[in-house]
Amino acid sequence: MRNTFINTLCELAAARDDIFLLCGDLGYSVLEIFADRFPKRFLNVGIAEQNMTQVAVGLAREGYNVFTYSIGNFSTLRAMEQIRHDVCYHEASVKLVIVGAGFAYGPQGVSHHTTEDIAMLRAIPNMTVCAPADPVEARAAARFMASYRGPGYVRINKSGEASIHDPAISLNFAPGRLLPVQAGNDVAILATGAIVAHALLEVRAAGKSWSVYSIPFVGGYDPVQLREIAQAHGLLVTLEEHQLNGGFGSSIVESLSDMYAVGSLAIMPRVKRIAIPNCFISTAGSQDYLRATAGLTLASVQS
Amino acid sequence: MTIALEEFARRIRLSSLDLCHRKRTSHIGGALSVADILAVLYGGIMHIAPDVVNDPARDRLFYSKGHACAALYAALDIRGFFPTGALQEGFAVDGSNFTSHVSHRLPGVELSTGSLGHALGVACGSALAGKRRNLPYSVFAVLSDGEMDEGSNWEAILFAAHNRLDNLIAIVDYNKVQSFGAVEAVMGLEPLAGKFRAFNWSVIELDGHELSILESALSAAKVSRQGRPHCIIAHTVKGKGVSFMEGQLAWHYKFPSDADLHAARVELGQL
Ligand SMILES: Cc1ncc(C[n+]2csc(CCOP(=O)(O)OP(=O)(O)O)c2C)c(N)n1
Ligand SMILES: [Mg+2]
Repeated sequence: MRNTFINTLCELAAARDDIFLLCGDLGYSVLEIFADRFPKRFLNVGIAEQNMTQVAVGLAREGYNVFTYSIGNFSTLRAMEQIRHDVCYHEASVKLVIVGAGFAYGPQGVSHHTTEDIAMLRAIPNMTVCAPADPVEARAAARFMASYRGPGYVRINKSGEASIHDPAISLNFAPGRLLPVQAGNDVAILATGAIVAHALLEVRAAGKSWSVYSIPFVGGYDPVQLREIAQAHGLLVTLEEHQLNGGFGSSIVESLSDMYAVGSLAIMPRVKRIAIPNCFISTAGSQDYLRATAGLTLASVQS
Repeated sequence: MTIALEEFARRIRLSSLDLCHRKRTSHIGGALSVADILAVLYGGIMHIAPDVVNDPARDRLFYSKGHACAALYAALDIRGFFPTGALQEGFAVDGSNFTSHVSHRLPGVELSTGSLGHALGVACGSALAGKRRNLPYSVFAVLSDGEMDEGSNWEAILFAAHNRLDNLIAIVDYNKVQSFGAVEAVMGLEPLAGKFRAFNWSVIELDGHELSILESALSAAKVSRQGRPHCIIAHTVKGKGVSFMEGQLAWHYKFPSDADLHAARVELGQL
């Protein structure tokens, strides 16, 4: 996903001269292709994520569409007020691109587990939060962010992920959309980010004919589509590699509840939220191990 | 401590290489550059031992360059903080506390790190408590050069001097390389000693691989309580001790292959 995103950004930067890339002393063997091709639109600002975000805003004010690149928590949580005030309040065209979503950097420990970012970023007005599930979505996310004016966040897992979408089918990749990955009945799995692939494998291995949706943009769901999905299934299950409080699953429940409150949903659907149970997982472990330890599995889902 | 400092440092290097090789983890370069500093700290400068990890009078070490965990884990292991073999078995293994950034779940580790620029500020708080309570302990902070880019460090540097934290000793492992280039190319720090002096710190620059110089500078800093925090700028070499790793950015990332480990052991005199 990481390389797909950066390669796509290079293609886009060749066509549009407003794309600027900043990194916080990260990107060895990933960003060189951009840095070498567009040296005037690249800078390593050092290990200084708060300043990186502010410099990005300054560049954006001068007309650039600025992408910043770092590991999960460093350019998000570390620079939270810069993001809220300088980027979002001023509607600056700054796109925070991070690698290491969820437990992608598993053995490295809690400092590297990016597990509260969705909750924090989706709380800020004007921020568009995007968590691509696979290389196809990562490519689409790069394209979207290159033409989108305003604040954005792209949450990338790492590298080597398999594609879950048929590249021949054109995706309706836009905020609000729930992308069908597998059509089924009884249960609809709604997931965001790289864990969609994991959910798909689990559903298939269990021989279930459940629906699986990838939801790359968190929040602002298309009410018509969400209602259709809710009405067609007896149970909705949200799945994310993120804390339970305030994350993707919460955003789905909020939308459904808001629709129910104004009468555009006749009955409130059953929703089971699967997420990290609001705790730190402090042991070492591979991404798979930590996902399992945190209970990020569909094993407990009964149709 | 019965082994000589030189042997202690050599064993930290060998153990770090072995850990990174075994679990294919990164950051061996920064572990090798800090090995001598840790050998001196744990070889007699610090009042710390497995039986005093909770003693309020112990010296504290806040290790900011958490990615270079292998060296700290190795030093603690050699000093007997972990059961025999626990580190070798547990390092970066599913379910173990030996994460590949420093974890405070382990005995002897004061603070989990891994996000750069956190330890000096915490060390300031610990040093402030020592002052307020009139306790004699010293607080050490081991920093990397790349992380001097972080604003949080400069806030702490201002704070420490303003609050006259002369029980605080910051050691900068100035190995001249960070993650995506040389320090001078990414974000130059010079004159680093001049910056600390201008912030009212007492500063010493030295060769961070000369054990006897390190030892005398650290013991002098420890007893000198004259109203200024201490900074030891230790000029080091990233990858020190293994010729093909020295000064090479790639060894911030690569793990030693079987052949690399063998060659490194030969150079360090283990084979
Ligand atoms: C806040 C933060 N930003 C970025 C990183 C990613 N990172 C890990 S190590 C490193 C730099 C290593 O260089 P240096 O600080 O000089 O350490 P050393 O040379 O001693 O290994 C970076 C940028 C991080 N761990 N924390
Ligand atoms: Mg360095």
